[in-house]
Amino acid sequence: MSAKLTTGQTAEIAGPKKAFLIPKPEVAASMMNRARRILLVVGSEAIKVKTKDGDLIDTAIRMASSKRITIAATGHISGEFRRRGAVGVHGISIMELGDRLRDPSWSGLDNGGPYDLAVFMGLPYYLEWLVLSGLKNFAPSLRTISLDNTYHPNAGWSLGYSPQEEWIEILDRIVSNLEGAG
Amino acid sequence: MESRESGDLVKRDLSLKIGEFSSTLGVFKDVEIQVGRILEEWEEPLGPTPFPDITALREWDLKLLSRYKPFYMPFCDLCCLCTFGKCDLTGDKRGACGITMAGQQSRIVLLACCIGASAHTEHARAMLNHLIEEYGRDTPLDVALNTNVEAPHTRLVCGFRPRTLRDLDDALSYVESQIVQLLASTATGQEGNNLDYESKVFHVGMLDHVAMEIADIAQISVLGFPKGEPEAPLADLGFGAIDTSKPMILVIGHEVLPSVEIVNYLMDQGLFGEVEVGGLCCTAHDTARYNKRARIIGPISWELRFIRSGIPDVVVIDKQCVRTDVLLECKKIGSPLIATSEMSCHGLPDRTHDEPDKIVEDLVERRIPGALILDPRKVGEVAVKVAMKIAPRREGVRPLGVEESGELAKRCRHCGECTRACPNNLPIMEAMSLARNGDFTLLSSLYDLCVSCGRCESACPEDLPIVSMINAAASKKIAEERSKIRVGRGAIQDVEIREVGRAIVFGEIPGVLALVGCANYPEGGGDVARIAEEFLKRRFIVVASGCAAMAIGMTKDEEGLSLYEKYPGVFDAGGLVNVGSCISNAHITGAAIKIANIFAKRPLRANYEEIADYIYNRVGAVGVAWGAMSQKAASIAAGCWRLGIPVIVGPHGSKYRRMLLGRREREEDWMVYDARTGERVYIGPAPEHLFYAAETVEEAIVMVAKLTMRPNDTSKGRAVKLSHYIDLYQRYYGEMPPDLHLYVRSNADIPFTMRDQVVAALEKAGWVEGKIASPDPTLLERLIRRRL
Repeated sequence: MSAKLTTGQTAEIAGPKKAFLIPKPEVAASMMNRARRILLVVGSEAIKVKTKDGDLIDTAIRMASSKRITIAATGHISGEFRRRGAVGVHGISIMELGDRLRDPSWSGLDNGGPYDLAVFMGLPYYLEWLVLSGLKNFAPSLRTISLDNTYHPNAGWSLGYSPQEEWIEILDRIVSNLEGAG
Repeated sequence: MESRESGDLVKRDLSLKIGEFSSTLGVFKDVEIQVGRILEEWEEPLGPTPFPDITALREWDLKLLSRYKPFYMPFCDLCCLCTFGKCDLTGDKRGACGITMAGQQSRIVLLACCIGASAHTEHARAMLNHLIEEYGRDTPLDVALNTNVEAPHTRLVCGFRPRTLRDLDDALSYVESQIVQLLASTATGQEGNNLDYESKVFHVGMLDHVAMEIADIAQISVLGFPKGEPEAPLADLGFGAIDTSKPMILVIGHEVLPSVEIVNYLMDQGLFGEVEVGGLCCTAHDTARYNKRARIIGPISWELRFIRSGIPDVVVIDKQCVRTDVLLECKKIGSPLIATSEMSCHGLPDRTHDEPDKIVEDLVERRIPGALILDPRKVGEVAVKVAMKIAPRREGVRPLGVEESGELAKRCRHCGECTRACPNNLPIMEAMSLARNGDFTLLSSLYDLCVSCGRCESACPEDLPIVSMINAAASKKIAEERSKIRVGRGAIQDVEIREVGRAIVFGEIPGVLALVGCANYPEGGGDVARIAEEFLKRRFIVVASGCAAMAIGMTKDEEGLSLYEKYPGVFDAGGLVNVGSCISNAHITGAAIKIANIFAKRPLRANYEEIADYIYNRVGAVGVAWGAMSQKAASIAAGCWRLGIPVIVGPHGSKYRRMLLGRREREEDWMVYDARTGERVYIGPAPEHLFYAAETVEEAIVMVAKLTMRPNDTSKGRAVKLSHYIDLYQRYYGEMPPDLHLYVRSNADIPFTMRDQVVAALEKAGWVEGKIASPDPTLLERLIRRRL
């Protein structure tokens, strides 16, 4: 007989080292507030994901502006950010970005030096899973967080699965916390 | 016997080149002796690397790998390949054998590529042995019209010119022995360096293209396939192409011999019009190359869909890309399964040596669910007889209906495990919610996006037949799924290479785009057709094979025409060339080799490094495997890398767990020799990557345009290539490419119609004319003609 499934709480675990579960939105916000230099990595699916702000692109813009965070827009969505008037957005493919994030000598998208925290959201699940695996194994000095609505075991810290409405609320609380601290 | 001047001893220890010798029979000049037989004279001198061993081209590999460093994305942090383990390799940990995570990842990549190359090599071996047995070892090769370079890979790698099936046997023996050695290097306690593993990956990729070439030119020569004909016939493609009123034989896999014998038996018995023969995956391509009246139903992902339609009366499988639960699926529709290869016996009784009529009786009476028959001719007879006898009995078998699907949808628990298991995160749960209330629109729309892997069904706690439910909702769409594909033409003719070689090398034809690989698409096969049409309109040469070639044909315009009906099959600007099945991929890389040899007159014979250096620096070829899934696709890609041809995969291709990425900002990585002077010069990041996974189809399209740039482009050619890159980047990213200044060498490179905006972008980036050189580029010091 197979083990009992808990709805949504399944993940492809790569090995013994797996993400800490973010217990509440304030914890994610606190980690971001404590970081020295954050990169917000936003994938191409952001445009399909509804949030309180409209979609995940709108939420990313709001999040970035709260703390002057640099956005790395992957896939081809940097154009969409620009159309919405976002500043501090750099278009870069997720492969090129992952390759550079593992390099401690990389000076960053704005030549401001290496990042100490990369926050991921809006990528296809498996693509984010793999890039986070590359960073878990080959970027020891970089901390990573996944804010997607699913558990990402290869991140340093990850939200767990929650129903869509709850996740929208969690995300909003994280941004509100950042705005409050900003 | 006296020998006055002996030449090179060829690597296999079997071949000796002798300038002159005399014997009691007379005096002989310039002959090569190989295991007691005399090879024909060949005026081309033997190059430096005949039958290269594992390390013969290592230096070349390391040059490429120093520019394109591996980025590993482990799929598993553990190694469980020996009893020391499991060993956790996370981060900087080492396994009990001392291996690192990078070492382990490259080892897994090598294992995958060895699997892929072995599959093609076994395919070639089975094909060759069968053809030699049937037609004789001295059967001559007859590969393509207007063509002297019949086997570019074999000539390049092995260093001899094959004339007969027997010659191919020699080349294949070499490939087989090398793959064994490569596989041996993955044993615990062998290779320890990840870059050496990567070099071995390149080696097995090179071997794979030799094996594919052997398999395809053997079958082209003997089975009467099209011989490089640009106007090869059009064949029917799709689910709707099958006449369901007739008995139907479904063939699945890659090795065409059983299918050929099915067609032969039907022809011999005058039954071809009475029985439908349709294929899935590459067997379908090759059956249509044998007889264009055979139907190509679709790629690998149509397997579950088509079997569950209940249409096939008998299913015949050969090898590769066959679902391992095919027997289970056949049982569901009451159709017998005939397995025809030692590679996939599926637990069936071996009936190879039984009388055909006895096997037919047992299958029709369902005494056995299927049979293993390792004799293609017997397969032909048995499959036809079974189909004709079983078809009238199966009238009651029908696929799941829409109403039944609606009832089943009411059992959905909304746990979401289907979406979680789906490789593309499709909204299956939402579709079920609608379907239970009679709205099947979302469920029907999933048909175009679903890869029919069936993982959702495995995950479903209610065991809902989700793939069948999607099919039921899309039944109208399925019935209309019928279009045209040009059957695989095989090789590119030498005369075509002469026509376009100059324009490709100087960049005036902006690029050669190869659309290849499997059907693991992130958003349906329509994306492949979209990529093809984008570049056909831009006058690229578009070449296709395998499942990608089918995906291109499945998209129709408003007038119902597929791209094969709108674009010619010629290897020239704006041509759409279907070379055939996945073993036909050797003709795509073979065309690049032939450009170096026929157009540029570079010696081909056992001269791998120089030819690869030429292709890498001059031929703007890019491979796109948008739905790459298999280990075979990995080894095919590896063969491209060693030749310096970049490969882009779709997002699922990231699961190959290693990319080969350049860093455009590191000027020191982009230095070459100017062969005219020996000077080391900066040429910009062209091509920027060697193996790259794109997240979206738009990203891939832009990357194709960028990766066609080569240091040898003339200003006119570079301007043409830049105009496509800029235009596409602006369309999809809404701005000028941020790296434009790395590709404009001089003012003459600037596209005339974009001059103002390009100049403005260059000024903003601080561009300096002349910083990027336009040399006679080479990575090989030995090719420098004059020292400074």
